[in-house]
Amino acid sequence: MKSKRTRQAKACKAFRRTLTLWVLSHRAFWLSMWLLTVSSMLRGPLGLKLLPGTVRQVRALADRQRAYAAQWTGVDIPAVYAELPPTGAGQAKALRAQLLDKGNQVHRDWRWAHIDAYAGGTIAAGPLVLLLTGVWGLWTAAVGTELSTEWDSMWFLFIPVGDPATATLAGVLGAACLPLSVFWAAPRALKVHARYLRTLLAPSETELLAARVEHLKSTRTDAVDTQMSEIRRIERDLHDGAQARLVAMGMTLNAAEHLLETEPEAVRDLLIEARESSTAALKELRDLVKGIHPPILADRGLADAVRSLAMISPLRTEVVIDLPARPEPPVESAMYFAVSELLTNAAKHSEAERCWIDLRYEAGALRVSVADDGQGGADVSAGTGLLGVERRLAHFDGVLAVSSPPGGPTLLTMELPCELSSPKTTSS
Amino acid sequence: MRVVLAEDHFLLRDGVTRLLQAFGHEVVAAVDNGPELRRALIDLKPDVAVVDVRLPPDFTDEGLRAAVSARTEVPGLPILLLSQYVEPLYAHELLATGSEGVGYVLKERVSNGAEFIATIARVAGGGTAMDPEVVSKLVTGKSRDEPLNSLTPREREVLECLAQGMSNAGIAEALFVTEKAVAKHVSNIFMKLALPPSESANRRVLAVLAYLDR
Repeated sequence: MKSKRTRQAKACKAFRRTLTLWVLSHRAFWLSMWLLTVSSMLRGPLGLKLLPGTVRQVRALADRQRAYAAQWTGVDIPAVYAELPPTGAGQAKALRAQLLDKGNQVHRDWRWAHIDAYAGGTIAAGPLVLLLTGVWGLWTAAVGTELSTEWDSMWFLFIPVGDPATATLAGVLGAACLPLSVFWAAPRALKVHARYLRTLLAPSETELLAARVEHLKSTRTDAVDTQMSEIRRIERDLHDGAQARLVAMGMTLNAAEHLLETEPEAVRDLLIEARESSTAALKELRDLVKGIHPPILADRGLADAVRSLAMISPLRTEVVIDLPARPEPPVESAMYFAVSELLTNAAKHSEAERCWIDLRYEAGALRVSVADDGQGGADVSAGTGLLGVERRLAHFDGVLAVSSPPGGPTLLTMELPCELSSPKTTSS
Repeated sequence: MRVVLAEDHFLLRDGVTRLLQAFGHEVVAAVDNGPELRRALIDLKPDVAVVDVRLPPDFTDEGLRAAVSARTEVPGLPILLLSQYVEPLYAHELLATGSEGVGYVLKERVSNGAEFIATIARVAGGGTAMDPEVVSKLVTGKSRDEPLNSLTPREREVLECLAQGMSNAGIAEALFVTEKAVAKHVSNIFMKLALPPSESANRRVLAVLAYLDR
């Protein structure tokens, strides 16, 4: 009983969705008229001025349709938009070049906008037309026998309605059209529409690969830069920290050696000073190593290292971990520092009292969410902290999703595709 | 005292052995890897073991694992862990095997010979010795807890000293206050954290550690 009702609800929803697509195809029609106007002026300054806004409109419509296709039918339509200069005449000119390039997303979007009013509209209107046909059939069945003499002739599809027999036939066929339009035609129309969208909008294999190469190039440069600055930081820390302390210690010991004969009392103080220097140098080295590769991460892996982070966090932190084995060390390290950064952020800026960490391996990806009950307002573009996390994850094709409305709560989710390899060695 | 020593660096192993001998203690075994350490601990049942956390063959946490497994077989076997780093999670795991006769301190504390020997002796006597760094990390990790927030800064300092296993006299000396003042702080702390009052130095340490490690 229930399944029947849900099936009905689903079919009705599909029908409503075809109507939405149909309405959108009208918008595409008016947009295509505007596109013709703008393209005719592209050689002049006015056309160039109008171009960026127009491209944005087309893209918004295409994005919406792509999102619907993914959401309603599970058809994933990738889009590859090339990078643009941020503003000004350069941007408009680059857009014009993209528009004229057949292998470009902007070009494809425009072509689609011209076609969608007709092709997309027709596909989307299918179920509606079938429904109206059904209504027409019922109506002819009701009034067809009298009206046909008045109107000379009356047709339902291929049936000339004139006597009770043909009227009944029209009624039966019309009645059959009604459920057919909702249950049969609507879901199919959605699928066909998605496929048509993909044909028109999806980039070619080559383009996808080119975009991938572009992405890899930029993340690789970024990774190299990050590594270089890390090395520079380590060098600086060693130079200003442990190294300087050891030099000072050598000098103190040297002074002690000279004073040994004449002032044995002063030597004692110098030796104490030297020992304190060595303690300080050790502490600095320890902090440095912790920043490079924390010992607990090397010893126990990500799960215990995250537990340890939670233990020393000033927030009351709960940890849930479901990790059947260890990821590769570079992945572990990236994730560890990301979690550490997020926890530090939460403690510093969020005014939160509690924090929750959830770490699991799902569908070929390491997924960590860090939530807090603070005041929200975390933003990737605001500070360098989250941006740094995002960039570091990007080296591994990982992503960071931020949900932090003003007033909280904050939920940060990181996902990093990886393989689990080494067997589990934690003792939890 | 009969001491088992586990340390893979030759120089340090040699140095600690000589230090112990200089103070009149006997090193019954000096080993340099995890499996041997475990055997030595269970076979020799020393008065105390001084163990480096990171040992061959894996150079991860062999020392800790050997210590934990030996303590499950020989309950109360006194063990002092040494490490280049202090890791609160390891302190937690060590304390989970019972909080009497355990210690966890930074390796560099060896450089102060007399104090180091005193630490070993405290652990051998069933006491507790936690490095100030471990304690301060545990305290930070707990600082959002209501009762800990109600402590005054001075009481917090006293708490950190307490958790390291110091006596009232020791705390008084370290903080430059009178013993009487320390006693007052201690009773305030116990009241605020709702810990059972106790006179014995060791039991108060255990109470504090149990609180911090909860």
